[in-house]
Amino acid sequence: MFLQQNNHFKKSIMDINDFIKNFADQFDETPLEQFSSSTNFRDIDEWDSLTSLSIIAMVDEEYGVKLTGEDFRNSNTIEDIFNLVSSRV
Amino acid sequence: MACFTIPNVKLVGISACVPKKVISNLDHPYFSAEQMTPFVNSTGVNQRHIASEEQTTADLCYKAAEDLITKLGWEKSEIDLLILVTQTADYKLPVTSAILQDRLHLPTSCLAMDIPLGCSGYVYGVSTIASLINSGAARKGLLLVGETNSKVVSPFDKSTEPLFGDAGTASAFEYDVNAVPIPFSLGTDGSGYKAIIIPAGGARNKTDETSLEFEQVEDGIKRNQCSLVMDGMDVFSFGISRAPSAVRELMEYTNQDIEEIDYFVFHQANLFMNKKIVKKLKIPEEKVPYTLGKYGNTSSATIPLTIASELKDKLSSGRNQLLCCGFGVGLSWGTMVLNTENLIVTDITQI
Repeated sequence: MFLQQNNHFKKSIMDINDFIKNFADQFDETPLEQFSSSTNFRDIDEWDSLTSLSIIAMVDEEYGVKLTGEDFRNSNTIEDIFNLVSSRV
Repeated sequence: MACFTIPNVKLVGISACVPKKVISNLDHPYFSAEQMTPFVNSTGVNQRHIASEEQTTADLCYKAAEDLITKLGWEKSEIDLLILVTQTADYKLPVTSAILQDRLHLPTSCLAMDIPLGCSGYVYGVSTIASLINSGAARKGLLLVGETNSKVVSPFDKSTEPLFGDAGTASAFEYDVNAVPIPFSLGTDGSGYKAIIIPAGGARNKTDETSLEFEQVEDGIKRNQCSLVMDGMDVFSFGISRAPSAVRELMEYTNQDIEEIDYFVFHQANLFMNKKIVKKLKIPEEKVPYTLGKYGNTSSATIPLTIASELKDKLSSGRNQLLCCGFGVGLSWGTMVLNTENLIVTDITQI
């Protein structure tokens, strides 16, 4: 019961701008200004399969949500990933 | 997850053998240093030992078994149980453990079986051998755990070939009423069976003339239907969530704290994943040995290989508690706590 309330609380405060910042933090060279909700993450020069693992780890740590390879294959933009995560918190 | 405890069984020795041939990832026969640098930085795999054309899992395990039997001074006639954990057996049938029973000159009264599990295989193997010894089916058992992953990965697949290495190991167990009982936590989630798979060659997709045709799947990944396929993202997502919860579950079951465990030996998946798991569990770094740099990911063999490579001196005298956790292909996972006392560990041999 407590857990459910806790998750509910998390869900209500999950913010797209925080998410974009957390997403951008996983990149070493690309500056934050280049990230927005409509950014297609595959178009970022630095994007590779290893960055995707950092995103999975970030989402696990920050939101307690599990992302799969299929989730990435079905997504294009940062907002797509954000929507998946917010539907699962 | 199933938690249970097996009494009366003691681990008395561990040995390991690797092929002589070494492949360096930054001097890779197929991929450039530029391609490989980020891979090496992330996975921690600098080099791997790779079997020659002629060498098989049985060859590596045979050598490890002979080394251990000699060091322990066991009479072969007393060994009445032989289990081989491998996903890269010498033949589709018969089981390779039968071939090894004969090659090692073990008695025909010896029970022999293969267990085709991977990353979780060492823990499952110990649970099986311990069950049989505790039941009275055997007094002295050898658990051989080895892989020649190089035989099943595509040489042109950047996502698998540079990660995996080959190794054979042997662990000796015997009946001992004074042994500290071994607690286990085992689990399975077959919904993730496609995360690590060799699609063709079994009954579902039989080998045919198209199975060996190489196909460019994406940049840096060319493989055929008989090559190992790994969905790195699925495996990673599984590992960083399941391994910590499996460790926590076993420690709750045994009512132990992290401080009471001397060493945490994790399946060597890749460094990035392993570090995340260790960080989540807040385990002090000095309690966590790694062999990814030297040997890469040898699937089922990583846990005994890491014990032989990194803990030989530390375990050779006194009592120690090791928590071992394997997780991966299946998807399958297993955790156990092994208590050792003056453990016999041989030097790793190369053939």
